[in-house]
Amino acid sequence: MCLNKVIEQLTQALGEENVLTEKEELAAYSFDATADIPKVVPQVVVTPTSTQQVQEVVKIAAKYKMPLYTRGSGTNLSGGTIPLNQGIVMVMVKMNKILEIDAENLTATVQPGVIIQDLNDAVAEYGLIYPPDPGTVATATMGGSVAECSGGLRGLKYGVTKHYVMGLEVVLANGKVMRCGGKTVKNVTAYDMVKLFVGSEGTLGVITEIIVKLIPAPETRKSALAVFRSLDDAAKAITGIIANKVIPATLEIMDNVTIRTVENYARVGLPTDAEAVLLIEVDGIPEVVEKEAEVVARVCRENNGELKLAETAEERDEIWQARRAALPALAQVSPTTVLEDATVPRSKIPDMLKALRHIAEKYQLTIGTFGHAGDGNLHPTILTDENNAEEMKRVHKAVDEIFEVALSLGGTLSGEHGIGIAKQKYLEKEFGEAGIEALKAIKKALDPENILNPGKILKF
Amino acid sequence: MACYDSLEKIKAEITKCMKCGNCQAVCPIYKEVMRETGVARGKIQIAKDLLEGRLEHTEKLQEIFNLCLTCKACAANCPSGVRPDKIILATRAAIVRKRGLPLVKRQIFGLMSKPRRFRMGIGMASKLQALGLKKIKDKDLARPRFPIGLDMKRIVRPLAGRPLLSQIPEVSKVPKSRARVAFFTGCMLNYIYTQAGRAVIEVLNANGVDVVTPREQHCCGIPVLVNGDVKTAKEIAKYNLDVFARGNYDAIITHCGSCIGAWVHHYHELLADEPRYGALAKELSAKAFDVSQYLVDKLGMREPLAKLNYTVTYHDPCHMVRGVGISQQPRKVIRNISGVTLKEMKKPDRCCGSAGSFSLSYYELSGKIRDKKVTDILSVNPDIVLTSCGACRMQLEEGLYRAGSDIPVRHVVEVLAEAYAKEGGVTSERKTG
Ligand SMILES: Cc1cc2nc3c(=O)[nH]c(=O)nc-3n(C[C@H](O)[C@H](O)[C@H](O)COP(=O)(O)OP(=O)(O)OC[C@H]3O[C@@H](n4cnc5c(N)ncnc54)[C@H](O)[C@@H]3O)c2cc1C
Ligand code: SF4
Ligand code: SF4
Repeated sequence: MCLNKVIEQLTQALGEENVLTEKEELAAYSFDATADIPKVVPQVVVTPTSTQQVQEVVKIAAKYKMPLYTRGSGTNLSGGTIPLNQGIVMVMVKMNKILEIDAENLTATVQPGVIIQDLNDAVAEYGLIYPPDPGTVATATMGGSVAECSGGLRGLKYGVTKHYVMGLEVVLANGKVMRCGGKTVKNVTAYDMVKLFVGSEGTLGVITEIIVKLIPAPETRKSALAVFRSLDDAAKAITGIIANKVIPATLEIMDNVTIRTVENYARVGLPTDAEAVLLIEVDGIPEVVEKEAEVVARVCRENNGELKLAETAEERDEIWQARRAALPALAQVSPTTVLEDATVPRSKIPDMLKALRHIAEKYQLTIGTFGHAGDGNLHPTILTDENNAEEMKRVHKAVDEIFEVALSLGGTLSGEHGIGIAKQKYLEKEFGEAGIEALKAIKKALDPENILNPGKILKF
Repeated sequence: MACYDSLEKIKAEITKCMKCGNCQAVCPIYKEVMRETGVARGKIQIAKDLLEGRLEHTEKLQEIFNLCLTCKACAANCPSGVRPDKIILATRAAIVRKRGLPLVKRQIFGLMSKPRRFRMGIGMASKLQALGLKKIKDKDLARPRFPIGLDMKRIVRPLAGRPLLSQIPEVSKVPKSRARVAFFTGCMLNYIYTQAGRAVIEVLNANGVDVVTPREQHCCGIPVLVNGDVKTAKEIAKYNLDVFARGNYDAIITHCGSCIGAWVHHYHELLADEPRYGALAKELSAKAFDVSQYLVDKLGMREPLAKLNYTVTYHDPCHMVRGVGISQQPRKVIRNISGVTLKEMKKPDRCCGSAGSFSLSYYELSGKIRDKKVTDILSVNPDIVLTSCGACRMQLEEGLYRAGSDIPVRHVVEVLAEAYAKEGGVTSERKTG
């Protein structure tokens, strides 16, 4: 084949140290964080260090019609970086410079390989934060999170990644560089190309530079843990808090399976007989935080919730330790952890939680659910063993049903983890035929040869 | 779980990895090489490929698995509770079983399986080292004159003129003793930092403890184990167990992260399948303590009456803090010395990049990791850097020297010994060595 030629040209363009060809090295790029997804070993891995090198790679891929899979830290949960048709994996982690922090305009300009936490550490000196904070904030790259439009714990008040991306530099499938958006707060020129690339999962272009919006760090914060004997009460509290015009930064839920698992693992003093706990944090100006915390406390009590307000920093840490322990605790129970991302309108949370309980019973599976209750984004987590073929069949059926229910409740397939390979087959159910056609038209217009991350989101 | 005998045995541990990538955030190697094979997640998945026959025991594979500091930062940060360090060591062992060791290592480890010859060999080396090493003016440091297995750019502490074991009496008694302990010296301080070894005995004596230092003891065997030579590691483990089972000691006191790890975990892990030695390893593991741990947790150490005047910072050796969970005790020792101020550096538990023989094989990479540590130390600007491990000490000494700094590196108990000595009217500063 032409593989040798491709490697030769890649080496010429990027230097030997940025081109990996040994099969042991390649094997390390055959997977990402997604469970229950095929491993595929790419033919070559490249680590460009500049936009120009990215252009070279894209041009070579286009010339030889080699599939090109852009990769950040490979922490996505939808199979987004699996090189399904082999070809080239392009890892962006070496492009990891923070190019500018503009405290006057409240923006930062970064290369795509910058780790989200590193950006946050850098802007903290200016009293600023970059709010999107996925669970992987210490590992995920800015490029990967923009391409995945990731969310996180602060989504309810602060939104997800797309609310913070103001401008992009993108290398298109033909190797040309395009810039869109910028530092202006107002920008309504032509189509919103910035938003188009945010969440495009590497299928429309390669992001090589990102301008993001920063916000002043909240002056203070207050956390509480509320325990509920009934799911309905917990749900009423969620909607009640917001109906009372308090938008917490974080409003998280853990179901009984999760509570019991976390308690068993971390011994943080959670009530194992509770049906649900809510973890709530309000932040902002001290006076407002005080007032909002009171409202939260009142609403929880009115809905039969037992409330524990954190008075000190240590107590606050204890509360969040419980939430942080959720996934680890669940992950330790069984060899394989299938983490889903079904999202419903806030008011439908109790329906969704009940449906999940029913699905777990029906397919005889352990499902622990936790997640961002305030924004309706739940993470039902199936504890299983991928070596058990029979059980995996039931897992797949359960997953199908989870998404069916979510959609029937007016929800969406993904609140933050994207479509990738994992949720491709449900896409038409959400978008409809006309919708899929429109998506395909966009993909064809920008990447006619289907070079960029082929096999993801859309099937051709 | 004798995971070092068969890769199969580590399969459950491998399966536990959910590939979340959290280990990327803390792996010093990954931060330098920026390749998935550098970090635990990549290595674990490759081990899985090896186990399931998709990859073979190639030289490249061996190289990938050698590229790890066994600093255990990944294990400490893993949400699924995976022990990547164990998987990596088990895979190294599997590869060595298949491919054998490189010639140089084979020769050295062969020598190590014979304690007496090993001691003689080092004794000779200490006499001949002047031929190979060139002393650096005004420093207890030297650099190679010609390649003697060291990178030519390397700076080292030369071997002590006489090993610790021949400088000290076998038994150091105190008038009214509270306990009788055995001192396991380990190589770094038997052959290089002998002053630190004497300090261990002095501080234990000062706290009313009799110290026996068995003459026949040997290296702890960790350098051999981490290189995948399980056979020699087992021989060494059995040898030491026999030596220390002989006296009926209240405790076995060690002085470095690797040695305490050997006594607390590794001997038992290595010998679990052998009834007699397995049981003995377990029994003695309950008696093993790092010197700071023993002083603080067991003795309730006596605060020295004399005052010193130092600002110090403490570097946590990986095998001490994550290997056996000791980080508070050395700090308590420091805080108990009046006049000594502990000023913490940023991330005091980040690996210094030494990792024993790692720094020999990957000198450049090890140096990059070390220099980050040195920057953190210098930003605190202490009078002394304290630590609890000889290998870290040598690495930091080299790093500080290269950075043009005169800040000395010492073991925690050396400063304590100095404070106790000053009580008795001896006020002169001790020279470390
Ligand atoms: C334990 C755990 C917890 C998580 N928690 C959350 C959470 O709370 N919220 C959330 O939203 N997500 C979460 N995730 C998912 C994941 O961490 C995020 O999607 C993250 O943003 C992915 O970043 P990455 O750098 O790893 O990207 P990768 O996984 O490498 O790539 C993700 C996608 O982006 C594309 N891509 C990467 N870089 C570029 C680029 N420069 N240009 C174009 N395309 C690119 C890839 O092709 C791929 O499709 C979690 C994952 C794990 C394992
Ligand atoms: S070793 Fe632990 S932290 Fe690393 S990828 Fe596996 S599960 Fe995640
Ligand atoms: S032990 Fe240290 S160097 Fe080795 S993989 Fe883990 S974090 Fe990296």
